[in-house]
Formats: sequence, C-alpha cells, structure tokens
Amino acid sequence: MSTMRETKLTSDSTIERWLDAYHRMATIRAFEERVNELYRSAKMPGLAHLYIGEEAVAVGICMALRKDDYITSTHRGHGHCLAKGAAADRMFAELLGKEPGYCRGKGGSMHIADHENGNLGANAIVAGSTGIATGAAMSAKMRSTDQVAVCFFGEGALGQGVLYEVMNMASLWKLPVIYACENNLYNEYTHYSETTAGDLVARGEAFGIAAEQVDGQDVRAVFDAAVRAVARARRGDGPTFLVLNTYRFHGHHVGDVDRSYYRSEEEETEWKSERDPIELLTGWLREQGVVAETLAQIGSEAQQEVEAGVEFALAAAYPDESEVDQHVFA
Amino acid sequence: MSSPSAVAAQPGTRELTLSQAVNEALAEEMRRDASVFIVGEDVAEAGTPFKVLSGLVEEFGPERVIDSPISEAGISGIGLGAAMTGMRPVVDIMFGDFMTLVMDQLVNQAAKIHYMSGGRLKAPLTIRTTLGATRRSAAQHSQSLHALVAHVPGVKVVLPATPYDAKGLFKAAIREDNPVVVFEDKMMFAVKGPVPEEEYVLPLGVADVKREGEDVTLVATSSMVYVALDAAEQLAADGVSVEIVDPRTLVPLDRETIVASARKTGRAIVIDEGHRSYGVGAELAALIAEDAFYDLDAPVRRMCAMDVPIPFSPVLEDLTVPTADTVAAEARRLVGKE
Ligand SMILES: Cc1ncc(C[n+]2csc(CCOP(=O)(O)OP(=O)(O)O)c2C)c(N)n1
Repeated sequence: MSTMRETKLTSDSTIERWLDAYHRMATIRAFEERVNELYRSAKMPGLAHLYIGEEAVAVGICMALRKDDYITSTHRGHGHCLAKGAAADRMFAELLGKEPGYCRGKGGSMHIADHENGNLGANAIVAGSTGIATGAAMSAKMRSTDQVAVCFFGEGALGQGVLYEVMNMASLWKLPVIYACENNLYNEYTHYSETTAGDLVARGEAFGIAAEQVDGQDVRAVFDAAVRAVARARRGDGPTFLVLNTYRFHGHHVGDVDRSYYRSEEEETEWKSERDPIELLTGWLREQGVVAETLAQIGSEAQQEVEAGVEFALAAAYPDESEVDQHVFA
Repeated sequence: MSSPSAVAAQPGTRELTLSQAVNEALAEEMRRDASVFIVGEDVAEAGTPFKVLSGLVEEFGPERVIDSPISEAGISGIGLGAAMTGMRPVVDIMFGDFMTLVMDQLVNQAAKIHYMSGGRLKAPLTIRTTLGATRRSAAQHSQSLHALVAHVPGVKVVLPATPYDAKGLFKAAIREDNPVVVFEDKMMFAVKGPVPEEEYVLPLGVADVKREGEDVTLVATSSMVYVALDAAEQLAADGVSVEIVDPRTLVPLDRETIVASARKTGRAIVIDEGHRSYGVGAELAALIAEDAFYDLDAPVRRMCAMDVPIPFSPVLEDLTVPTADTVAAEARRLVGKE
C-alpha cells in the first residue's frame, strides 16, 4: 500500500497485516450486501443468513490459521468461507445453484465446502459440525501433522448435547481444536439469556479447556486470542474455547426484516454506530497514519471483486439434469 | 395449491389457511385442557419461523407456550417425562430434518414406554414438525422423514393435507394417550380450505377419498394430495377418471379404504414425498399388492422422492419429487393411454 503516510506505533509489516484484515472484512461486507440485493430482487433461490457485523470474528481467527488448517462453519457461513480463502465468484455461483459453485449448486448458501482451503463445510444443523471439527483435530493428531481445526458455531449451539460430548473428548485427548462460539446475542428470534443458563466461558472451563472471552468486534483482539489458541493446539496442549462477543446487524436471515418484536431499533443502531468492526479497524488504522484514500482504495477493490463475482455467477450455467443422482456415493 | 372441498363451503364454515387451522386446534385444546402446553424453539413471540403459532403466547402466557434452547433431544425428553406424569405436551420441532435429534427419546423411550411397562405407563406426547422439499432449503431442511417414524411400533403418525383435516386430526392427536407425530408440509401452510365454526375432532385411522373416480386410484399423502388432484384434472381431460385416497394417518392406517379403492379401479399409484426405498410408498404398495392382487389390472406403481439428498439448485431439486405432470404420465401408462 504505497499511499501510507506514516506509521506511528506499529511497524510496516504489522500495518500490512491489518490492511489485509481490512480488505478481507470489506470483502465479506460487500459480499453480504450483494447477497441481500440478490434476495430482494428475487435472483437468489431460498434464503441466506448474513454475517454483516460479525466480520472481525472470522477474519481475526482465519488470519491466525494456515491454509491447511481446518474450519467448520454454520448456517451463517459466508464470512468463514471467504476468510478461509474461498473466492467470491464460486461462492455466488453456489448461492445461485449454478454449476461452477463450490458444491456444483447442490449445497447452496448453508453448505459451502471448500476442501482446498481446509473448509470442511458450512452446516444447516445447529451444532452439526462440532463433531466434524473435533474429528478433524483428532485426525490431525493421529496423522502427526500440526494442523488445527476451528469449529465456528453460534451461541445457540450451546443448547445441543453433542457439543459437550465432543468438548469432553477434546479435552481428555488433548485434541488441537478451537471452539469459536460467536455470541451475537440471539438464537434466531430469542435472546440468548432466555435460553442459556449460567456463564458461557464456564462451559469450556468445566471440561478443563482453556477458555476466554474476546471482543468480537475488535479484529486485533480476536487475532491475538486466536494466535494463542493455535499455538496451544500446535504445541499439543489441547483445545481452546473462545466466546466472541459480537452482533449481527441484519435479520436472522434475509427475510427477517421486521425485528421489533425481539430486539429494539436503538440496540441495533448502537451496535452499528459504535461497534462496527470495520469502522473500529478503520479508526485504529487512521491513528496509525493510514490515509483515508488507502482504505477507500481497498474498499473499492473489494467491491469490484464482489461485483465481478456476481456477474460471473449470474452468467454461469445451471448443472445438467443428469447430475441429480450423481455424488450420492463416492 | 387449491384445496379439495372436504367440507362444502356452507353456512357455519369459513376459509382458513392450514396454518390458521393448526393454530386454532392448539388454542381450543389449550383452552379446554390446562395440561396442554407447547415447548419449542421460537414458539412464543416469534410464533415459529412459519408463524403458525402466532398469538398463542399472548393468550396462554409464557408458562404454557415455552421458548426452549436449541435442544431437540432435551425438549422431547422433557416432553416425554411431562407426558408420563399428567401433562399433555406439544413439542414443536421446527424442521422435520431435526427429528433425527429427537429419535432416541422418541424411538427408544416414548414409543416403548406403554408396552415395556405392561400397559401401566402412558405417554400422551404430541410432536409437530414438517416435511417437504421444493422450498430451496437444501439437503438438511427439505427431508420427509415420516417413514423413519412410522417404522417404529408405538408411535402414531399424522399427515394432514387440508386445513379441515389438520384441525380435526391435531385435536385428536393431543387427546391421544400415545405419542403422536404430526408432519405438516411446509409448502402447505398458506393453503386455504373450509373449516367449520363448530368444534369437531377427526378420528385417527380413517382415510378420506378426496376425489371419486373409476379408472385409476392415486393414494397420496400430505402435499402429494394436491399433486394428485392436479394430475386428476389433466387426466380427466384425457378421459381418465381418477380416484384419490388420502390415508391422512399412516399409523394407524385405514387399510380397508385404500384396498377397496384399488379393487374398484383395478389400478393404483402410490404417491409420497419420502424417499422411494424402504419407505411409505413401499408399504402402501405392498398393502395393495397383498390385499387387492386379484382385482388389479396392472402392477402397483410407486412415485416418491428420488433416493438422493435433496439438492439446492432449483433445476435439480424439482426433479427429485413427483409432480402433476409425472404422475399424470405414469397414470396414462397404467391405463394404456400413453
Ligand atoms: C438442530 C437445529 N435446530 C434448529 C435449527 C433452526 N435454526 C437455524 S439457525 C438457529 C439459531 C441459531 O442461533 P445461533 O447458533 O446463535 O447462530 P446465529 O444464527 O445467531 O448465528 C436455529 C434455531 C437448526 N438449523 N438446527
């Protein structure tokens, strides 16, 4: 980034890292805004769950991972997929049910899997991927690689028993897995305090798992926590349980427009105006001396990538009908 | 989808959606019996994502319309325990796909408790959930898993197709002293049909002839009733007279009505949205083959969901389930009018 004027507190390479983070977060934001438009203009079949507002979580964590590390994702998975390296064009193609999509159109928004980047798949079953992530970690350990697995899930998954079964085993067997609990305050249309007893972090601690709470709107704090967790996993010291406090700016899914019955407009406005992860990073970068034009430039690059991705997907072909009964068995 | 007139629109009936009919059934049963309560994810203020339960928490309060954590195994277990000790819970499982999480509590516990206890314990538990594809919801939100449940002795299985049936059968399900699973097709919530003002309950185990005819019988479940009705219109134009039998409940099953229709027409196609192999289609076809064999002029045919996970892409998804066109074509083959 040649337009950078000065760096006050931080070295150039560190600034480069956070400009990269900015780029990834801006890409996710632009991607999701375009998904919303595709839905509203009836160009996308079905629904999608937008990640807007939570970008710092996926980006901060995935920046601490290698390409060959694993992640598992959720119904709100576009941000995780992009942060782990998926390309916008093939993701849009999947969302439109087109043949060049990551799953040849068979999966759709909630099932994007990107094997080459270690993404073992988004998942439409709440807590459905907790076993997969833990098993991938076990496999890494058995194969003596130093790969780690990150299991992304919403705080709603804390209601599911399977999570506690696998956390117990991960701790017993010191598996290199990181449980990344994205607490965006709502299980669909119900505040998490009405569905979740006791303390969230304590649920990790109860199994003897290193557990901490992180400001999920601060990508640098997320990254730092992830680096610690990854180091612990690679050292062979076992799992980490992270509670990332965040907020989804949009509805539970694209069709959830009237939200007043479960959360107030004031609450939404407060998060959007005070706790936007992209704005927070922008503020920090500006303090470090990064000029506004640099960020605007990165933002418009992200926008262009996303635009090109949509164009690609809209023009792409649907899968051939003969595919319908292919891939049932390997 | 147009609704068959199970009840002719007459004074004392109104048009309700299937969603309103289910809502009314629950409200009436909750008014009449204080032991009835609802528990499930987003059932209270949200009234479920499909808004079927809207307004119930306002009338009955959060003690009887209970928002649960995302814990399908837990709520079905709690529902069962409450059912065994004097309550009549309705456990709401948002999508039929999540029945897999309920299965241990349902299959190993609820289904067997009456029998295992030598008839001493009872489990008046109702589970309501969904089935049905073509909503572009992909492989984990589009399954029709009713055959899995119907396979297990001790559980009753209800598949209403019309608002009239939904209301009357739902009330019967709640009053049952056995576990009952009601599967509603999520594509049918907006279907309208006549529902009487006055109270009624429909017995479980009585099929309904949704259309009378002479040449071929279509035994159709849930939303496949509408597919059959549309196919029947096409076939009528070709001079083929179709009879449509809706079993309405799989357990208990009204074998007599199904067999009698097959014997009358001599040809039968069974249409069900579950997967083809080892499914409801197979069971119904076997019943007809066994009991109507000597009156059949052609082999019984099955039309079901393909044996594939439901794909997301609309161009693929639409191939996986029976449609009016494919059913009509099959019926024409059967009567030799290709
Ligand atoms: C087993 C299961 N139960 C219910 C659902 C329906 N459902 C989809 S998302 C969701 C809420 C999830 O909340 P959370 O885990 O906090 O994730 P968020 O949507 O807030 O990102 C529910 C109940 C599901 N997909 N899977």
